[in-house]
Amino acid sequence: MKVSPQEVARIAALARLGIDQDRLDTFAAQFNGILDYMDLLAQVDTEGVEPLYSPVDGPTRLREDKAESRHSREELLASAPETDGAHFVVPKIV
Amino acid sequence: MSDLHTMTLAGLREALAAGKIGAGEATAATLERIAAVEPKVRAFVTVAGERALAEARALDARGPDPARPLWGVPVAVKDVIAVKGMPTTCGSRILEHFEPCYDAFVVRRLREAGAVIVGKTNMDEFAMGSSTEKSAFGPTANPWDTTRVPGGSSGGSAAAVAAGQCFGALGTDTGGSIRQPASFCGCVGLKPTYGRVSRWGCVAYGSSLDQIGPMARTVQDTALLFQAIAGFDPQDSTCVDAALPDTPAALAACEDLAGLRIGVPREYWGQGLAPEVEAACRAALDAAAARGATLVPVELPHTPYAVAAYYIIAMAEASSNLARFDGVRYGLRDKDARELLDMYVRSRSRGFGEEVQRRIMIGTYVLSAGYYDAYYRKAAQVRRLIRQDFAEALKRCDVLCGPVSPVTAWPLGAMDADPVQMYLMDIFTISLNLAGLPGLSLPVGLGADSGLPVGLQLLGPAFGEARLLAVAGVLERALGPLPAPAGL
Repeated sequence: MKVSPQEVARIAALARLGIDQDRLDTFAAQFNGILDYMDLLAQVDTEGVEPLYSPVDGPTRLREDKAESRHSREELLASAPETDGAHFVVPKIV
Repeated sequence: MSDLHTMTLAGLREALAAGKIGAGEATAATLERIAAVEPKVRAFVTVAGERALAEARALDARGPDPARPLWGVPVAVKDVIAVKGMPTTCGSRILEHFEPCYDAFVVRRLREAGAVIVGKTNMDEFAMGSSTEKSAFGPTANPWDTTRVPGGSSGGSAAAVAAGQCFGALGTDTGGSIRQPASFCGCVGLKPTYGRVSRWGCVAYGSSLDQIGPMARTVQDTALLFQAIAGFDPQDSTCVDAALPDTPAALAACEDLAGLRIGVPREYWGQGLAPEVEAACRAALDAAAARGATLVPVELPHTPYAVAAYYIIAMAEASSNLARFDGVRYGLRDKDARELLDMYVRSRSRGFGEEVQRRIMIGTYVLSAGYYDAYYRKAAQVRRLIRQDFAEALKRCDVLCGPVSPVTAWPLGAMDADPVQMYLMDIFTISLNLAGLPGLSLPVGLGADSGLPVGLQLLGPAFGEARLLAVAGVLERALGPLPAPAGL
């Protein structure tokens, strides 16, 4: 088995997900099934092939670094789960 | 009840422009149709009836406007695309109560063209699925047989179009999510070239793969919607400033396929293809040949590696994109958490469904130290080889042609047990997203065994949508329309 249930728990933590103990084995089995399938790529000779990360050729287009304001503070805070009317509020950090 | 819902978008548009039907009347009839069939189809997450009626009446107050090509036409938008003041859930609990404060670029374009948005359509959560069963708000049913899936992830849009609940809809296609549900529901679906349509305001899944596109009941309707949404937008850094031909005009001008070379990729017509799908697609090829096209055998030799490369790249990009859902600025927050890290973990674990969590975790894994080269970089190398395959094949032909899906719509629940089994169903659609090319799904008949729609896929060079639509238009006339969906 390539990925153990403990390894799944470690990856979940990196991804800020919490997986219940009783689901770790199922996830691990599915993980291994998917990764085994992905190992198919090892059959392809990619020596010297440049990776293709985006279908758009050429450099990323940059816009001018100019500030603009499209939305009011109220609009942007409207979907937040918790605010003090002016800021996003989060639980204590330290 | 009126039979207005059976009209084409193009037909309705003419009647609206001529003042034979009012925009309010068209929207009211559409809402009536939604109310009548929605209990069976469940295509929508949100129906914005009152707002749509108000907008339509406001259009009527000023009268038809010939400068607005979709004036008064009721359309639907996949729930992954932002519409100001309407919920935009992405089929997820984590965004259940999220209402964006802006319109996506494509939505602005629809409004400028005079379209009326009647609602937001259901989808697999964050577009991760091929059946629309993985929506947090329940599955959508296929209007041809309500015990079967509509395909996915834009299954709500496809089902709504097929069921007459709108005259056209927007979907998104990351690995086939427009073309496959269009095929399953007997509609036309167009995945434009990567960069042709702005993704600004579309919630990202795989940013180097995602593309918004139109779905409708006819090729002409699809061309009208495409023309309205395509074009350059500086807000999307991957949007390409390419000339946009008059697509509906190109379609109208194309009478036959004389001189057209259709490439038939060997890998798309062999093993694993259901006989009824192969038969319907072969009959369409015969019809193309009878209209003057030459069939050219070609090869796409890296096809067997496309599913693996695609899922590595898509999951990697998803794990990065979905990191933004942190319970701070929008979306669900677990209120019991006492500390920040705990709040992130609890909010995300409660908010995301199982398939989304699985993809985020695999994406995290393939990007993590020690595995990056073996998975992500390797997949990106294979991606280049797949793109080269298309470039080679397209030197010898004008368009490529193959089935959209190896099977017709499967029963609800049939693919629940093994995620890989469902991923493999995307074999014919995902290569195109890796290469960034355009593709169109055209209904070509009903399967002889299942009686369900079969879709043929036309693939072409970058920015060649007008050619794809023109070829599809000739085939559509040659093959004739499908009957009305049998399941309603």
